[in-house]
Amino acid sequence: MTLADMQFVVPDLRLASAEIVVLAMACLVLIVDVFVQDKKRTLTFALIQVSLLGAAVATLLTSSGQILYTFNNMYVGDLMGDLLKLCVYVTVSVVLFYSRGYVNDRPQLARGEFYVLTLFATLGMMVMISANHFLTVYIGIELLSLSLYAMVALNRDSVTSTEAAMKYFVLGALASGLLLYGMSMIYGATGTLEITAVAEQAFNGQINRTILAFGLVFLVSGVAFKLGVVPFHMWIPDVYQGAPTAVTLFIASAPKLAAFAIMVRMLVNGLLIASADWQIMFLILSVLSMALGNFAAISQSNIKRMLAYSAISHMGFMLLGMVTGVVGGDARFALNAYSSSMFYVITYVLTSAGAFGMLTLLARTGFESEEIKDLAGLNKRNPWYAALLMMMMFSMAGIPFFVGFFAKFSVLQAVVAAGYLWLAIAAVFFSLVGAFYYLRVVKVMYFDQPVEEARVVAPLGVKVLISANGLLVALLGVFPNGLMWLCAYTLSQSL
Amino acid sequence: MEFKTFVFYFISAVLVFASLRVVTLKNPVHAALHLILAFFSASGVWILLQAEFLAIALVLVYVGAVMVLFLFVVMLLDINVDRLREGFWKYLPLASIVSLLMVAEMALVLGGTYSGLLESDIPQQDSQYSNSKALGRLLFTEYVYPFELASVILLVGVVAAVALTLRGKTKSKSVSPSEQVFVKAKDRVRVLKIPAEARE
Amino acid sequence: MVDTLQLILPGFLLPYLDRFMQFGQELFGGAWQDILTVVWTVIKVMLIIAPLLLGVAYTTFAERKVIGWMQVRIGPNRVGPWGLIQPLADGLKLLLKEVTIPSGADKFVFLIAPVFAFTPAVLAWAVIPFSDFLVLANVNASLLFIMAVTSISVYGIILAGWSSNSKYAFLGSMRSAAQMISYEVAMGLSLVVVLMISNSLNVVDIVQAQGQGRFADMGLNFLSWNWLPLLPMFVVYLVSIFAECGRAPFDLPEGESEIVGYHVEYAGMSFAVFQLAEYSAMILGTALISLLFLGGWSSPFGFLPDSAFWLFFKMFALLVVFFWARATFPRYRYDQVMRLGWKVFIPVCLVWLLIVGCWMMSPWNIWK
Repeated sequence: MTLADMQFVVPDLRLASAEIVVLAMACLVLIVDVFVQDKKRTLTFALIQVSLLGAAVATLLTSSGQILYTFNNMYVGDLMGDLLKLCVYVTVSVVLFYSRGYVNDRPQLARGEFYVLTLFATLGMMVMISANHFLTVYIGIELLSLSLYAMVALNRDSVTSTEAAMKYFVLGALASGLLLYGMSMIYGATGTLEITAVAEQAFNGQINRTILAFGLVFLVSGVAFKLGVVPFHMWIPDVYQGAPTAVTLFIASAPKLAAFAIMVRMLVNGLLIASADWQIMFLILSVLSMALGNFAAISQSNIKRMLAYSAISHMGFMLLGMVTGVVGGDARFALNAYSSSMFYVITYVLTSAGAFGMLTLLARTGFESEEIKDLAGLNKRNPWYAALLMMMMFSMAGIPFFVGFFAKFSVLQAVVAAGYLWLAIAAVFFSLVGAFYYLRVVKVMYFDQPVEEARVVAPLGVKVLISANGLLVALLGVFPNGLMWLCAYTLSQSL
Repeated sequence: MEFKTFVFYFISAVLVFASLRVVTLKNPVHAALHLILAFFSASGVWILLQAEFLAIALVLVYVGAVMVLFLFVVMLLDINVDRLREGFWKYLPLASIVSLLMVAEMALVLGGTYSGLLESDIPQQDSQYSNSKALGRLLFTEYVYPFELASVILLVGVVAAVALTLRGKTKSKSVSPSEQVFVKAKDRVRVLKIPAEARE
Repeated sequence: MVDTLQLILPGFLLPYLDRFMQFGQELFGGAWQDILTVVWTVIKVMLIIAPLLLGVAYTTFAERKVIGWMQVRIGPNRVGPWGLIQPLADGLKLLLKEVTIPSGADKFVFLIAPVFAFTPAVLAWAVIPFSDFLVLANVNASLLFIMAVTSISVYGIILAGWSSNSKYAFLGSMRSAAQMISYEVAMGLSLVVVLMISNSLNVVDIVQAQGQGRFADMGLNFLSWNWLPLLPMFVVYLVSIFAECGRAPFDLPEGESEIVGYHVEYAGMSFAVFQLAEYSAMILGTALISLLFLGGWSSPFGFLPDSAFWLFFKMFALLVVFFWARATFPRYRYDQVMRLGWKVFIPVCLVWLLIVGCWMMSPWNIWK
């Protein structure tokens, strides 16, 4: 067998140039970092930012507005993917800026591996976002999760971190197993793993619905684990609390975008035919998450744990949009519903990055700002930071004229349009419950006496960034239409 | 009975026996050894299916490398064997329900229209057909994207392992041979002039 | 089988052969052919194993003689003419000694561990060719088979150390096992390069591919063998085989004075089986080096006929190199062993892999 008689088309590598840039830079950083003597790893940090920038440029240059496939249809490039990827780059970049001070104060974290693993995790998210094959979905998830497990455990002398990493790893492996099992079922039912081909088979082939439904259950469980919705949420509070705050900041932000992307790819692009099945599953997951997340958050004294439960409830809320796409076989509202979900997840990532970023800034050498009471009197110590954190909390609570309100509003609109009035009422009720604990944080910041008087210091650049982040949360609340239109447009071009 | 069929039943019997022993044996090292036997028999079954590359890779990777490390861990752990088996009968009902479920699901999938596994024959190839070549071709053309990404995952595994276990240079008292070689006499010996003293 | 027998049996026996075949046919019916195949395979296996074991016995003898000469001694010379019966006497002595089993040892595992060490070195001969046609099983992935089978021998070491119920033996087994695994990586990587240029996993094909090229056309076969273009890989592979077999200068288990090996608790025949394993692994190693890098059975010059003789000749020459190394080099320290494997050989292999890859894609590719 020689090269000549192979029927092999060289894949269009240009389409995947962003991935190639990130991978090449990750390998480069791995080597360069060995020779870096600097304790603060300035060069490594700069190289990571450069590679994120390079990836952004590559994504923008290759973005064409069409749906293009390469690598034997395993890779798909479309506008939704491009938008989500850009969001990922920005989030990761900002997250790294926030966590830099925190990391440099802690010698366990201040190593090149922290940055390299971040970059590998980013690559995993990119692979997930532009996956058009169940195999690539799985491999992207593994790449992301493996990096995250290691990052959680990076602070290896801390018992809580190690425990969190262990829990995350074991449950994550279980979830991967579920996901793989579901994929194998889908393969059994349709005879293919390519997502678009699965959709085709599902539409015109005679497929075994029983097996498809079986597979779907496992797929949904796997995705639910990655999103962290009830009953697959067990890892979230422990990991958020146990991981170093800088890592929590990372886990709580960008990966949600990737999880949203694989959900759309696998279920909407691939298995829309079975939407009746997965919508009902998501409905249950969503209501459970909103209920459990909001009620459990009330009793937390650790703010990281509280935000973890809030993340569960937010992901549940986001799922509402996925529930209402197809009503009675009519996909009229689908675009509206899915784009409201996408808007929700993007703005949630923005808010969550800001909130955890603030916690990272407040922590210092030998001091973790983890308890809610650590925030007491923040207004007196630094009014501007208190105001920013208040904006994040208001936005998360869904108080009008912050972005969280519009995100919730658009999802609820989709829910009502689909005719699930009771669901909308339940969602509003749970949000009201949620508002209690967000407002409690605000109360602690403004009305409690400060426990300590230490000044909050941060480099100017980071100050500007977090201010921009906070202002964006406020501004997008007033002018949400641009982002809303962007979500709707990219989705309409990609589905 | 054809000779091949006999070999198949023999290997399968060993496989089933070994797998059963893995879960029923008290001593974890013995259990691991039976797991190795199970892997070996499974690779035998694959050879019968003419999947020689997969069979040999199974032995090479699982028996030759993974299980060795596994044995290391099992041997180094200080396991109280009696306590380990305490819950065996307690969990048996639940475990058997789960495994029965899995058997049922497997039957569903294998009996499905699209798998067609039960009707199909193994494609017969001539003796010079090399499935290592065929696999290599598939991996590096059709599946090159996931294949390369899988290698990235392994790289992350390496990075993570190093990050989690390397604790910098150990404070050992070893000497560097190259430094030893380049030592000059004046680095080690100082000749001092001491004025001679007159005898009393 | 019948065809071969018809060829080699003298004429007056042929009618008996026919009657024998008929008798078997009547007795067993359809299964007769299968039985014949099995019996014939067993005979062939015996034809390989019996000389191999004899070879192992006399390798020990040759080693003692050669090292003796190198150290200006005579070596064994008491038993039989020139000491030729010495290996048999040694074997008898070991057989008569008591096989001690330490208290608290895992008896079954303790006794089966030497077998684990010995079997792979014999099993691999199933796919070792002696000429273009003379091979027990000409399988497609024979090289992979060899690698897989030889990777099992590490279990002998681990199990021996563990089942001895002794911390010294256990530590020794950890060391030896780590050494074997480490060098297996380097060995595998150097083989990857060989596979790349031969475009086959079949040892016969690999040998035949070495007989082609510019130098072979000029009659200088030995310059077209793999050792020359792959010189670094040849060195890596040769040294890795030393380390895999636990031969000097990598024979840490033998260093009684400073470090103890995995087989401290073994005595008598069970210890002898470990020695058998070492020597048969060494013979297998020389066979592999000859086949993969030194042209196997092909003759060094075009005008000489190719034959199995050349293979045995190369193996013997390599064995002498093994003895030579033992007589010459001091033993490595354990950290040096690991350092050589991980920090020198693996990077060298990776770099050479890249170089050969580029070479094969360039217009100067000599392996088309």
